[in-house]
This record gives sequence, structure tokens and C-alpha cells, in this order.
Amino acid sequence: MTAPVSIRNATKTFGDFTALDDVSLDIAAGEFIVLLGPSGCGKTTLLSLLGGFLSPTKGVIEIAGRDMGDVPPARRPTTTMFQDYALFPHMTLRDNVAFGLKMRNVAKRERQTKAEELLDMVGLKASAGKKPHELSGGQRQRVALARALAVEPDVLLLDEPLGALDLKLRRQMQDELKAIQKRVGTTFVHVTHDQEEAMAIADRIVVMNAGKIEDVGRPEDIYMRPRTLFSARFMGEVNFIPGTLEALSNESISVKTVLGAVTLPNAALGDQALKPGQKITLAIRPEHFRASTGTGPRITLGKAKVEDGSFFGTHHRAHLSPLDYPDMVITAHMPQSAIIEPGAWVDLTIDPASVVILPGHPAATAQEDAA
Amino acid sequence: MISSRFSKIASWVYLATLYGFIFLPVAVLVLFSFQDGRLPVPPFNGATLKWYGEVFADSRLMSALGNSLMVAIGSSLVACVLGFCAAYGLARYVLPASRLQRGLLVAPMTVSYLIIALGLLSTFNWVGISLSLWTVGIGHVMINLPLCFAIIYASMGDHQKNIERAARDLGAAEWQVMTQVSAPMLMPSILAAFFLSVTFSWDEFIIAFLLSRFDVTLPVEIWSMLRSGLNPKTNAVGSVVFLVSVALLLILELIVFRRTAKK
Repeated sequence: MTAPVSIRNATKTFGDFTALDDVSLDIAAGEFIVLLGPSGCGKTTLLSLLGGFLSPTKGVIEIAGRDMGDVPPARRPTTTMFQDYALFPHMTLRDNVAFGLKMRNVAKRERQTKAEELLDMVGLKASAGKKPHELSGGQRQRVALARALAVEPDVLLLDEPLGALDLKLRRQMQDELKAIQKRVGTTFVHVTHDQEEAMAIADRIVVMNAGKIEDVGRPEDIYMRPRTLFSARFMGEVNFIPGTLEALSNESISVKTVLGAVTLPNAALGDQALKPGQKITLAIRPEHFRASTGTGPRITLGKAKVEDGSFFGTHHRAHLSPLDYPDMVITAHMPQSAIIEPGAWVDLTIDPASVVILPGHPAATAQEDAA
Repeated sequence: MISSRFSKIASWVYLATLYGFIFLPVAVLVLFSFQDGRLPVPPFNGATLKWYGEVFADSRLMSALGNSLMVAIGSSLVACVLGFCAAYGLARYVLPASRLQRGLLVAPMTVSYLIIALGLLSTFNWVGISLSLWTVGIGHVMINLPLCFAIIYASMGDHQKNIERAARDLGAAEWQVMTQVSAPMLMPSILAAFFLSVTFSWDEFIIAFLLSRFDVTLPVEIWSMLRSGLNPKTNAVGSVVFLVSVALLLILELIVFRRTAKK
């Protein structure tokens, strides 16, 4: 089963602290949504509002078009997969998975059959008679997933479910989660602070910061066309080059930066309405500095001196200091074959299509380097 | 070298004295319950099971033993249920003055049994409840409830709180959470509380003495036997009381602590 979710102007305050500040979000039925942000950004609060463990100070939450205002967790069409799995230690895996069905007065035989089907889906059918303490972390995680899905919720809420797993297992579980979500079609709302995890599994990512939504979109869009400085930085390494918007026409935008003036295509603005004279920042990912290789349109931000470099397998990661503004450090990913020698001079050449113009200057967000 | 050897010997002597001090009276009691003679005092004349035969043939003693078991099991069950409910409420909900409430619940532990018995006695008189095994049971609930509450409350952590939240999320009503998730999860500590309560109630004398009338518990019956002087039969029944306590503690050790250790 599956259903759409609509969050309208949800605000949650704890005393003087505003955990969630006027958040609105529409989630389509069957969508895999990831709420992404640093700790304290409000993502878990939002999840708790959906699950009914907290009620909003203001605002409305609708699931399948029904206002959830006074509906307690037990009667919501949602189930939650908790970070510490919260399995029942005294029950077998079969009974754990069947618990929700038991609470719904499903006959014993029927609920056990269903529980075994779900354990089969997560690859644990052979262990149905075991107790949770006999399992590894990844296996407990799968049981928690099967238990939450057994009652066929419209919406599954996942509270950092992969947080306690080691990196390799986490990547493997991401693939499994995504495959299972596609199979059952349930709406998944998944909370994490790991942007790689978010990109790997999400249909859409919701980037949150300080109780507000910073950015919403497909992983590609959030990574390549972020809407805010915070979102750009949180999704991965990025270079911010502060400047001013000089002029804009239907085709192009002229920008003056500390590294000289550049003309960019109109698309660099996205759907933002900016005015000439406004402070802006160019956001450029390290992998977009492909020093004068390939063809196609190119712009240059002058020359830069290589400070140091290290080899990462897929690329060389180098720190550059621009000739025009030596105080700035630019991080660039150079091709595998490049020869990186400290002291050498390279051109800061980029494809103008890969540049994003964001409003404001990065100083205000400098401390938020959580990524 | 000498000093280390000396301290080794000294520590063994200390150990032997310590255990001797604790167990010698019990050993003497048990030994002279087998005394082939009329007096449970040295010299030991040889072993016989005669006195045990008399104990088990004594209908008053046997009915007192039955009463004791009934009171011990009944009052411990009530104390455990009440203790669990109180612990669940205080651990899971934000209640007014919860520190004070916790304090009040365990406070009777510090009051002597004599005071509790006197208080109950005058209360029962005032309300007009006549003394019986029921009043003894009430007294034993009073002394065991703080213990049960303290043991069960101590084992309720935040991890279990999350598990209870998961149960609610899956559709369990509050009573279902308590009976199907919390209580089974806390069963090791609930059993520990139960068996400790049973042992305390089993050999409790003052409350049982002051709050009973016609039907009495075993310790009270033994006391009235003692008034007619020592004989090996009192030793035999004392040994039986001791044996049951030991058996209860062994059960506690085996099924409760072993289970916890496994997890």
C-alpha cells in the first residue's frame, strides 16, 4: 500500500527552540524521499511529526488526504524503522515480524505465513526461529524492515536506519532498501546526514538546515544545481567564488568576481530572480576544473599555482591558489593522467554550463562546513 | 618471603573464620536435627531421621507450612504486579513530583518490620478488619513492594523505551505494550524480585506474628514450639525452612541470573 503525504506550514517549537520552522512539502505516493541535513536541522523532528510521536505546534500533516492531527501513532498508516532497530528481544524473528499483524487481530497461521514471506524477502527465512541477539547488525536491520513492512503501511519512516552499520554494509543495505522500496511501492521517508547515502537511494532529496528546507529535488539537481550555498556545500566539496551580478540579458549573465569578470549562460541562475548589483557566489565543484582539456565552450578564471596534490584513484585532488587572489584556496580534481607538481601553473578552465550562481556571499555559511 | 607466606595463611584463616561465623549456627542447627536423643546439644549421639518424620506427621506444622507458602507466593505476586506497574508509570511518563513518589515508594524499606506491623495492627483495628492470613499477606506486600519496585525500576532503560515505542507504532495499545513487550522484556528482573520477595516473606516473623490469629505461618508456629523448650524437632523444622530458602535462591540463581548472563 502507498499514499501521498502533504506537510503544510509545519512548525515545531520546544520552549524557545524552533526545531521546525514553517515547513511545507508534498510527497507523492510511492516516492523515496530522503530528508538530509546535519544534526539538529529538524529532519528527525519532521519524521516524528509524520509518525505521530510529536504533534506540530502549528501546521497540518495529511497522509492519503486525511488530516493526521489527532491520530496517535498506532492508528496512523505509517510505521517507523528505528535507528537502534528496537526489535523485541524476547521474541523470535517470526514473532517480531508478525507483531503488528497480531495487534491487528490477524489469525495466527495467517500472520506467521505473512511474517515468513517478509523474512524471505529480506533473506532471513531460514532464521525465522532465532532471537534478535543471535543476529548481526545488518540482519537485525533487515528484520526491522520486514517488521515495519508487515502491516503494509502507506508510508514507511526510516530514522537513520543505516547509521550503526559499517561503510561496506551500509552501501549494500542502501541497494537493498532501494530495491525493496521499488518492489513494495510504499512511500519511504528516510532520514540521514550522509549525502552519499541520500544520493544513492533517493528519488528526491530534501536538504534541511536550521529547521527549514533549503532545497528539494532529484539527487542530480541538488548536486549539480543546488539552490543555496548551504545545499551546495552539504552535498559535497565545492568552491565558492564571491562576486557581484553585473548585468543580465535573455541569454547571458555577466558576473564580476574576485577572479575577474565572466559571462555565463542564463541557466546558471536556475529559477532564481536576481537583480544586477546583487552579491552572488559562483559554486563550482572540484571535478569541473578540467584544465583546458576537451572541446566545447570554455571560460577561464585566470591562472593558479598548484600548492599540493594527492592521488585518489579516480582523480588527483589538488589545492590551487589563484594568481589574482592568492588568499583563496581552490580545490580541483585533475584527471588521473595529469602530472601534479607543486609550484606549477595551471589554467582555471571550466565549462560555463557547470557553474551555478547562488545568492549571497559564503562568509555567513562558512561555519556550516558540515559536509 | 616469610611475610608473604604469613599473609597468605592469615587470609585463609580470615576466610575460614568469616564463613565459620556465618554458617556455623546453621551447620549446628542442621546437624542436631539428626540427633538421636532428646536434646539438640552436644554430644552428637548418632544420626536419625526420626525428627523429620515427626515434623512431616505434625498436622499443625504442615498446615502452617502450607499457609506460609500461600502467603509468600500470593503476597509476592501482588508486590510484583504493583511494583511493575509503579515502575512502568514512573519510568515511562512524566509525572508530578516523580522523585518524591519514587522516594515514598521505597521509604518503607527503611522502616523496621516491628513499626510496620504495629502501624498495620492499629489501622486494621480502627477500620475493623479482623486478623487472618490476609492481613499477614497485606503486611508482606508492604515490605516487599518497595523491593520489587526498586529492582524492576532499575532495569527499565531508554533502550526498552524505544522498543515500547516501536510496539505502539505497530498498533499495540498501552496494556498490550505492558503485557506483551515490557513485562516479558523485563522478566529476568521481575523474576528476581518475585523470588527475593518469596524468600523474605517465607521466613518473616514479626509481621506474621502480630497480624495473624488462628491460622499462622511457619515461623510463628516454630516460635510457639520453641516456648516449650528446645528439641531436635525444632531443629528439623528449622532445617526445612532453611532448605526451602536455599532452594529458592538456587532457582533464582539458575533461571534468572543465568538467563541475564546469556543475553
